[in-house]
Amino acid sequence: MDIQAAVHSVQGTAIPVPGNDIDTDQIIPARYMKVVTFDGLGEFAFRDVRWDGDGRALDHPFNEERFAGASVLIVNRNFGCGSSREHAPQALMRWGIRAIIGESFAEIFAGNCTAMGIPAITLDHETVKSIMESVAADPATAVSIDLRAKRLVVGSREFDFAMPDAYRSALIAGSWDSTSVLLAGVDDIHACAERLPYLTDFAAL
Amino acid sequence: MADNLFSRVWDIHTVKKLDSGQDQLFIGLHLIHEVTSPQAFQMLRERGLRVLRPDRTFATVDHIVPTADQTRPFSDPLAEEMMQEIEKNTEEFGIEFFGLSTDKQGIVHIIGPELGLTQPAMTIACGDSHTSTHGAFGAIAFGIGTSQIRDVLATQTLAFSKPKVRKIQVNGTLPPGVYAKDIILRIIADLGVNGGIGYAYEYNGEAIHALSMEGRMTICNMSIEGGARVGYVNPDEKTFDYLSGRRYAPSGEAFARAKRYWKDLASGLDAEYDDVYTLDASSLVPMVTWGINPGQAIGIDARIPNLSDLPDDQREVAQKAYDHMGFHASDAMIGKEIDVAFIGSCTNGRISDLREAARILEGRRIAKGIRAFVVPGSKQVATQAEAEGLHEVFQGAGFEWRGAGCSICLAMNPDKLDGREICASSSNRNFVGRQGSPTGRTLLMSPAMVAAAAVNGRVTDVREIA
Repeated sequence: MDIQAAVHSVQGTAIPVPGNDIDTDQIIPARYMKVVTFDGLGEFAFRDVRWDGDGRALDHPFNEERFAGASVLIVNRNFGCGSSREHAPQALMRWGIRAIIGESFAEIFAGNCTAMGIPAITLDHETVKSIMESVAADPATAVSIDLRAKRLVVGSREFDFAMPDAYRSALIAGSWDSTSVLLAGVDDIHACAERLPYLTDFAAL
Repeated sequence: MADNLFSRVWDIHTVKKLDSGQDQLFIGLHLIHEVTSPQAFQMLRERGLRVLRPDRTFATVDHIVPTADQTRPFSDPLAEEMMQEIEKNTEEFGIEFFGLSTDKQGIVHIIGPELGLTQPAMTIACGDSHTSTHGAFGAIAFGIGTSQIRDVLATQTLAFSKPKVRKIQVNGTLPPGVYAKDIILRIIADLGVNGGIGYAYEYNGEAIHALSMEGRMTICNMSIEGGARVGYVNPDEKTFDYLSGRRYAPSGEAFARAKRYWKDLASGLDAEYDDVYTLDASSLVPMVTWGINPGQAIGIDARIPNLSDLPDDQREVAQKAYDHMGFHASDAMIGKEIDVAFIGSCTNGRISDLREAARILEGRRIAKGIRAFVVPGSKQVATQAEAEGLHEVFQGAGFEWRGAGCSICLAMNPDKLDGREICASSSNRNFVGRQGSPTGRTLLMSPAMVAAAAVNGRVTDVREIA
């Protein structure tokens, strides 16, 4: 497992999946969560919008050969809403996604992405729309996300993007896998617990 | 101006400020279930870590549990493997487990409160987005992903940024036939499925405090459907009465001390908020969803909106909804035929929900051809309902009476829709495919509305038969 690797940038080609409010049930249907590892979830990403009940391919970007090998997903508003299932970003990551550009993300989803070392960056509606159009017109368009400079390059165009500072700095510092950071102050954790009335039978009140 | 409850509880649980700028937040209660926890335990093993506070994590099984036949081994080998995994993990790491062989098993958000584990002024995390439910007690409770479950297991803390707080003030009195479910569906329809991103919701006002604890849980439960990861209600006498005498609640003198402490933490009249939204409960009617997200809901007396009635950014999803549901703009929801009726889930699988539904079904029969089932949220709910004879009312009306679990809310078990079936459901999500069939359709409503729909075989205004 790739622990504590700093994420400074992501480069590659992109794949647009347009639509507002794409929920985690669409990203990975619950029936594929009957697993005790995340291995192999990539093939189930967007399963029910990629294939019909008889296994016939539906019209979906993840089925388009021209987007094969893409590592940057482009989405619209409130992507990843619904269930907290980390299986959703895990499925995307195992399909090949390393970063996500969107108008906005559901909070739990964005937190899960960060905890996996995947930057989820935001730009306004018009810009996202225009980036989707460029990539759809030319899937070979090079996309580059520079977290330190907060700059996104799409072909010959450059944009400033937004992202919560805490997520950005955790990715840059390589502390996105937060367990060791949190455990570093274990005495502080125990001290906090001792201050909590409900862990001391409310004795000090 | 003074701090609200959220800020006070947050501050008490802040271990320290991290270099990233986030707070390290102590988690007072960690709840786990079989679906989102196995990978977290595996990560602990890979890193040679132990569970820091095994006494503060509690486990149950709910998502994959069959509700019709719960004998082991389960007929689904994948479900059986997940059961064995949580049994092994809780045993190995010394975590208390309310499994099927205990009389305390049930949906994680139902058993936490009924065991008295959920208390005011706690921080509560669980690998499930509906963890916001526990906020009904004045706790800060939120869903987390599996990597964060690993963090809580290993450190009893999380790296978190403090959200803003929006007070949702619900004034007035709810009319008869209108329930907590209708309040929260109205709020989500008004503020949008993404309106709560970045906020914790404080539900306040006369109508909220008039609700039972179960009603408050229904409201807090669906906060996440409006984008808010946290929803809570300030604790009051009803909260304390509910907790008194429960297994993990403080008792005797400690309870008296706790009560004073909890009261002091509640938001006062002078509390500050980042935003306030006000709603009048007396104007509400029963709600029903017509689309594919919980914000696509209308009053039972309204009609499905036209694209031109909607803001630009909602039109594309509305079009998807018309297409998936097979409904048209300007259709009334009243009279839409249903195939399945489901009463249960972490939203509406509690005793008061079952009582309200049973009240509608008393002396009535469900319509021919309707598949209807009630899934109590926990074994304790089932036992209570059976003591009150509610199971006989349901069975007499033609409903199946099942064992506790998440059931068809998310269909990770044998309970599923078939093909394009339409389900009148007391659950929380009407996403495409949510109830187990990629072409299945879900209409969210209150348990009483589900009962009324089951009786008539079509969507019905419960006020007309109550």
